[in-house]
Amino acid sequence: MAKSQLPDAVLVDKYISGDENALAILVNRHQSKIYGYIYSKVLDRDITEDIFQETFFKVIHTLKSRKYYNEEGKFLSWVLRIASNLIIDKFRSDKKMPMNRDTDELSVFARITDDALNAERKLIKNQVEVDIKTIIEKLPHDQKEVIMMRYYLDMSFKEIADYTGVSVNTTLGRMRYAITNMRKVIEKNKIYLPS
Amino acid sequence: MAKLYSKRKLATPKMLPKKETIRLILQYSCALNIIKVGNMNFENIAN
Repeated sequence: MAKSQLPDAVLVDKYISGDENALAILVNRHQSKIYGYIYSKVLDRDITEDIFQETFFKVIHTLKSRKYYNEEGKFLSWVLRIASNLIIDKFRSDKKMPMNRDTDELSVFARITDDALNAERKLIKNQVEVDIKTIIEKLPHDQKEVIMMRYYLDMSFKEIADYTGVSVNTTLGRMRYAITNMRKVIEKNKIYLPS
Repeated sequence: MAKLYSKRKLATPKMLPKKETIRLILQYSCALNIIKVGNMNFENIAN
């Protein structure tokens, strides 16, 4: 039987044993399906090339590390799963750091904002801080204590619990009630707190 | 009205990666060598 007609499982075995040609046959056999699958998700040829390459790097690494459990007829679905996970990783990283390209209508520089506080923003920030402190002052003592320690002293819940002599669960409960009460005060007094 | 015959095929051609990508994958495979010692794996990529 010609090598090119051997089943995937046999080719994988041969590859693990050191036959590099077996990998070439596997890649050639499945490249269209895998490439087409990736492209159908990302719709960009360059990204598809990258993910395709990265998929097979992982395949090679796993097979050579002998971590792959060879079962009949599972090679392609295994590779597609790797590709799928890489696509998800790509979407996640794009969501965190979106790539913006210059177009005729919109330059990238139009999207870059200056986050430094101008005079107006400083005024608003100061007013918001005063409002929040006023609201916190209206809280019961134990709730006020938790809020102050958490947000102004940057203490962990464990540290707050140790300091106040209660359990972590009690501390968490006090925090929850504090937030709820603060919301009630804000709604009752119709206080506007811009983000 | 005269019929219009298009040379364009109805089925979309198979999508394939670039030959350079395939070459890179196969070269990486040839170059990569993983040796297992106990619970540890040592990777070696030959130039």
